[in-house]
Amino acid sequence: MAQPFSWIKPEPHGIHILPADSWVDPSRAVPHALVTHGHADHARGGHGETVATPETLAIMELRYRTGAEDDLGEISHKAVPVAYGETIRLKGGVDATYIPAGHVLGSAQILLEHAGEKVIVTGDYKRRPDPTCPPFQVTPCDILVTEATFGLPIFTHPPIEDEIAKLLKRLADEPDRCVLVGAYALGKAQRVIAELRRAGHVAPIYLHGAMEKMCRLYEEHGVDLGELRLVSDYKKDDMRGHIVVCPPSALNDRWSRRLPEPITAMASGWMRVRQRARQRNVELPLIISDHADWDELIRTVEEVNPYESWITHGREEALLRWHQLTQRRARALALVGYDDEDD
Amino acid sequence: MERFAALIDTLVYTRSRNTKLALIAEYLRETPDPDRGWALAALSDGLDFPAVKSSTIRNLLKERVDPILWTLSRDFVGDTAECASLLWPAPEDETRHPPSVAEAVEALSAMTRKTAIGELGRLLDRLDPSGRYALLKMATGAMRIGVSARLAKTAFAQAFDVSVDEVEEYWHGLAPPYPELFDWAAKGGDPPDTENLPLFRPFMLAHPLEETVVSMDDYAAEWKWDGIRVQLVHAGVGEDAETRVYSRSGDDISATFPEMVDALDIQAVLDGELLVRGTHQGGEEGGAASFNALQQRLGRKTVSKKMLREAPAFVRLYDVLQWRGEDLRALPWSKRRARLEKLIGELPETHFDLSRVVEAKTFEELAAIRESSRGDAIEGLMLKRRDSPYIAGRKTGLWYKWKRDPLLVDCVLMYAQRGSGKRSSFFSDYTFGCWDGDPDKGADLLPVGKAYSGFTDEELKKIDRHVRQNTINRFGPVRETEKELVFEVAFDSIHASKRHKSGLAMRFPRIHRIRWDKPAHEADRIETLLAMVRD
Ligand SMILES: [Zn+2]
Ligand SMILES: [Zn+2]
Repeated sequence: MAQPFSWIKPEPHGIHILPADSWVDPSRAVPHALVTHGHADHARGGHGETVATPETLAIMELRYRTGAEDDLGEISHKAVPVAYGETIRLKGGVDATYIPAGHVLGSAQILLEHAGEKVIVTGDYKRRPDPTCPPFQVTPCDILVTEATFGLPIFTHPPIEDEIAKLLKRLADEPDRCVLVGAYALGKAQRVIAELRRAGHVAPIYLHGAMEKMCRLYEEHGVDLGELRLVSDYKKDDMRGHIVVCPPSALNDRWSRRLPEPITAMASGWMRVRQRARQRNVELPLIISDHADWDELIRTVEEVNPYESWITHGREEALLRWHQLTQRRARALALVGYDDEDD
Repeated sequence: MERFAALIDTLVYTRSRNTKLALIAEYLRETPDPDRGWALAALSDGLDFPAVKSSTIRNLLKERVDPILWTLSRDFVGDTAECASLLWPAPEDETRHPPSVAEAVEALSAMTRKTAIGELGRLLDRLDPSGRYALLKMATGAMRIGVSARLAKTAFAQAFDVSVDEVEEYWHGLAPPYPELFDWAAKGGDPPDTENLPLFRPFMLAHPLEETVVSMDDYAAEWKWDGIRVQLVHAGVGEDAETRVYSRSGDDISATFPEMVDALDIQAVLDGELLVRGTHQGGEEGGAASFNALQQRLGRKTVSKKMLREAPAFVRLYDVLQWRGEDLRALPWSKRRARLEKLIGELPETHFDLSRVVEAKTFEELAAIRESSRGDAIEGLMLKRRDSPYIAGRKTGLWYKWKRDPLLVDCVLMYAQRGSGKRSSFFSDYTFGCWDGDPDKGADLLPVGKAYSGFTDEELKKIDRHVRQNTINRFGPVRETEKELVFEVAFDSIHASKRHKSGLAMRFPRIHRIRWDKPAHEADRIETLLAMVRD
């Protein structure tokens, strides 16, 4: 009989499923890939075959033009959609089930089963409600491969309602200016807009050009974002008293000069640390994250209660320490190409 | 405490000085006594709780959370107070009853080394993360949120529509929470009674002369000596009598120059240049050493006998503000000068002399004298309107400075970056700026240049320490510092430039001198630099 879990192996470029010769979220092109969600550090183009939720495949198509031609002609590419709750059988007798991860539209945990052993790769996840995607489902397993982006006990994300209220108050306090919210173009931006709508903010929201296509994609998948307008179609004065959403990289860019005295806001879990906010010249930090905070990370490990945790990326040292303090087994995987995202 | 914590939070994220002034002023107007007074003290670095140190916070946290998790978190956040405020395990009981600022100050003052850990913990339990941050910043002294003492005082002046110079004048005689100051400014009461206190009076300052030409009938000229401008004050009677030496920024530097403290025992306020005896600048003026000799004596808390013997200080008097209890500030300069020439006879000549008036019938004659002047101890000329009263600050048309080397400006250190090679462990590359208007009216600093040279290794170490202790922001290898340190910058020429926000580019700027004694708000303004553009 084979060693337990010898069929799955963390390697620098991703999690390798040996019998299926497949990889989860590989950071380089492979013949067969299982992808948890559309963020660049997890999904990339160039794979021979990509298995993901239909939403993630649509996002990848938009962002990385997965099926597009390159200089040498058409890349033979096959997209294999798997709906939430659906299981597909891979080569070598490995079953893969896609389970909601609550991170962004289409994000999934992937449950891998082989020889009676269960491994879950969470990708990125959070436990808070999000109007743009179904919530994280706790699923028992033997090995939980978890992220640790906010794996330090200083990170507790406040309720999103409080942060949205902070944003709306500032908007009302300075009606002659606009609030420019820097938000990651995939997921964060749409969640912030959807939460603003949920809070009763019906006014049009202005978008940086780079945001438009992804917002439309969300709308096509049934996420109502209300009236959206492109900054480039309007005059400076039209935007006074309104919210403008842009990618974080545009916050301190020349682009923002076309806006009426913008109040610089940024929606990110990093805003919990003042120094991080100041580095970006942020005046209005909004602690909004699509990742689990410290309490969510440890609650998830407690609820799933795996035989062992594997920690993929983030601040894994502290989460390892917590495992040690609570007598749980854990190891940190040294994966390359995973980063913090601008989250 | 919640209101104060909210103020601190907002200030942390506010970059414009104008907005900072407005925020602090609003807080001072709307907050009751004595909380606002304590807050003002905290913002102007006027609080000190010896029992609470950064190590107290560390030890307290290590009691409450796993030491390894603490260290990992601390390394990530980079600031002990902030990390502790985020990591503090909130008590189950949600009814917090946050303390007022006054209550917190009282508790912090009552702490001893022994009780501090327990007492501090009880205070933290009553606050939310923002409150904890404000409390810990206040408890450990330095707020480091980009608010200088001058900015806080200016905000106070703005809040109650009084002059910041008056605030400065009373400030040094009062203690937190400054009830007399609020009674006077906020409630229209009498000004604080400071007659018998050895208080600092804000200096009268000069504008650069630039293109102006003045008539020698209206103006008198004096040499501008190359030492440090000081004010000597003797006040009180009998047991309470005290002499103090103040620097330009109003810092009490008496301990650095004890010989000057001993040299004055008449009730007086005198304005002059502190110099060190030497032969560098000889001749009839009496020997004054170069600035370097004086430099050795600056910044010391105690002075050795050897130092007193080898580099004795004296003061070359410019002006008299008060003599034997009589306030002379309203008199015209010519009258004050006459008094000064008489009273010099009552002062020990070992420690005082008079800065003589440079006789010139015409401006042209004066220009010729200036051209031929020699000696490193002369920085240039001062031109004083003969009928000018002694007025705090810079008032147009009264006093001018006519520097010998015009391509020298005072700039404020804004950013520092690590050097390369043997300097890689030091912050040795500096970006400095000048004010884009009146700093007391909310003007901001705009960067005008960068320099890597012009200082000794000894000075480099001192600046490096200043940078580390005054960092308010980190951008990779670059530190943003509190805007407090003034550099006298020399350069070859200055040009208009569209690439820089200030509209200016300096050619070959270098640090000419580090002005530890000069307050940042007295640094030069962009307009002064613009006037130097010659293309
Ligand atoms: Zn992600
Ligand atoms: Zn990720």
